[in-house]
Amino acid sequence: MRTSPTNRKPTMNRQTAPASPQRDAAAHKTPALAFRNVSIKRSDRIIWRHGNFTIPSGSITAIVGANGAGKTTMLKAELGLIPLNSGKITVLGGSAGTTNGLIGYVPQNYAGDIESNLTAEQSVLLGLTGTKFGIHPTTRAQRAQAREAMRFTGVDDKRHYRLSELSGGLRQRVAIAQALVSGPQILMLDEPLANLDLAAQHEIIHVLAKLNHEMGMTIQVVSHDLNMLLPILDGAVYLLDGHPHYAQMNEVLDADLLTHLYGTKVQVITTPQGEMFVTPGPEEAVDTTPDIHRTTELAHLHDHDISDLNANFEQNETTAENVRSGNHVDTISHMASQPKQQEEDSKTENGQEEA
Amino acid sequence: MIMGNAHFGFNSEWMTILSAAFMHNAFIAGACIAIAAGVMGYFTIARHSTFAAHALAHIGLPGATGAVLLGLPVSFGLGIFALGGALIIGALGKKASQREIATGTVLAFATGLGLFFSRMSSSASQQMQAILFGSILTITSDQIWGFAIFDVLLLAVVTVAYRPLLFSSLDEQVAQAKGVPVGIMNVLFMTIMAGVITVAVPAVGTLLIFALVVTPAATANILTSTPLRSMLLSSILCLASIWGGLVISAMFPAPPSFVIVAISTFFWLLAEGVEALRHH
Repeated sequence: MRTSPTNRKPTMNRQTAPASPQRDAAAHKTPALAFRNVSIKRSDRIIWRHGNFTIPSGSITAIVGANGAGKTTMLKAELGLIPLNSGKITVLGGSAGTTNGLIGYVPQNYAGDIESNLTAEQSVLLGLTGTKFGIHPTTRAQRAQAREAMRFTGVDDKRHYRLSELSGGLRQRVAIAQALVSGPQILMLDEPLANLDLAAQHEIIHVLAKLNHEMGMTIQVVSHDLNMLLPILDGAVYLLDGHPHYAQMNEVLDADLLTHLYGTKVQVITTPQGEMFVTPGPEEAVDTTPDIHRTTELAHLHDHDISDLNANFEQNETTAENVRSGNHVDTISHMASQPKQQEEDSKTENGQEEA
Repeated sequence: MIMGNAHFGFNSEWMTILSAAFMHNAFIAGACIAIAAGVMGYFTIARHSTFAAHALAHIGLPGATGAVLLGLPVSFGLGIFALGGALIIGALGKKASQREIATGTVLAFATGLGLFFSRMSSSASQQMQAILFGSILTITSDQIWGFAIFDVLLLAVVTVAYRPLLFSSLDEQVAQAKGVPVGIMNVLFMTIMAGVITVAVPAVGTLLIFALVVTPAATANILTSTPLRSMLLSSILCLASIWGGLVISAMFPAPPSFVIVAISTFFWLLAEGVEALRHH
């Protein structure tokens, strides 16, 4: 049975709770997500296999990989929306799909083609009441909860706007507010930065960092582009050679790995400030053939034997324990130290609305 | 005024026509149709199923002419075929209703089949035009009872399933992740849609139904900003179109279906125009 999201404690209460060491200790006990020998098959083709990793609570994790590597598929598997070919996914202690009441899900291109006249507030409220059959007038408490979620993502002043009137960035933040309103412990976002301009991307990143920092939210972000997310990430699941691998951030940022991952040359540059950027490499010689494989064919090429597999799993678990660092805290201060950037962001956002 | 052989003049006896029993029936039927079309029009647009709704009416056509062939009531055959089509489209999922090529092909085939059936008997042939373009003036009291019962059922179901239906219209994946039975919502929506088509076809026919089910809802969406208000306004616009169509067609020699569709389209153009001006 799926749990009703409204039975859970209100989201914003956790915001007022101090981000104490207790919370961190509790977070370490049960990982937010655990994959055990998971493989996914869609219409007789293995998308990826040998998924063995855990994602610690309270972390921000990217799911990266080339187009068609099965990133969105991974989120859907975690939500129990598609069946597993083998293995088991545990989410917040329950098997995938049984704990969805505790997960906020923001799909790709949310309400991107909406033609109805729903306002931002009504959309957010559906995150709270949308599963209820019967006659349920919206209560004042529910409205307050929706307001609180919208305030958190910075769209409170847009609550009476129709979704169709909002820019992509604002609509994305409405979508996040809808996912937050029922008080989830995990937030899953599918390509939240796609089709947004730089300013809007920054706003979303800021909201995610704040959620993680102030509420200890475990966040998973599917993204084909790591650059924007780098400052807030604790780790990444990278879908490479038909297998998902989990690693903490400094391991993922390896030029060779990324080059292999994306099938095009990628460089990692460390600036004097310690920031790292992943950039496309210099123009390749015309006659070189990039090392590109379809993920499905690679899934068949790679077969680990079982001892290898278990070793891998344990190693991943250890890695997961080690991952939690103060990375995201740095990020917030880093972002706060760029007020000019923020100003420009909001200007652009306003400009978009007028257009 | 005389245009060629056609008379196009004001009918001073129009009040007498309006007080006739068949007009009475038409007005009541119009109210029933307006409620059903107004409520479901909103969801049809929200679910991007306008083309599927349009197609359902055409899928119903061979059912209607086939029923005449077999000596069954037109609405019965229409309803059965529309329901069959609705269940198939619904079972295939929300995305299927957006598969325009497949839907369009089935639509064309169904229309052809409707023609084929109609040519197999003279009575079906006679009814063909009524089915294609509506015959609101021939609606019987029995039909009105059917419409009224359908409206009550529709309102009851939509009231109970309102939020999950809306949630799954907004974003099916999120709704599904949160536990809304989106498959059931699809089938439910399409089933009700088949009912609305069956009820609305007698008014304007299978060809013009879009203007009665979708157009008023689109107009209401421009002018309102909550689903409930949109449904209410959509019903009112639909009612104004049908009743206005009846009155004007009593005054002037124009078929009611045409006037109904014309008024509905006029409202929509007006709303679009006002909206465009407001943005400049």
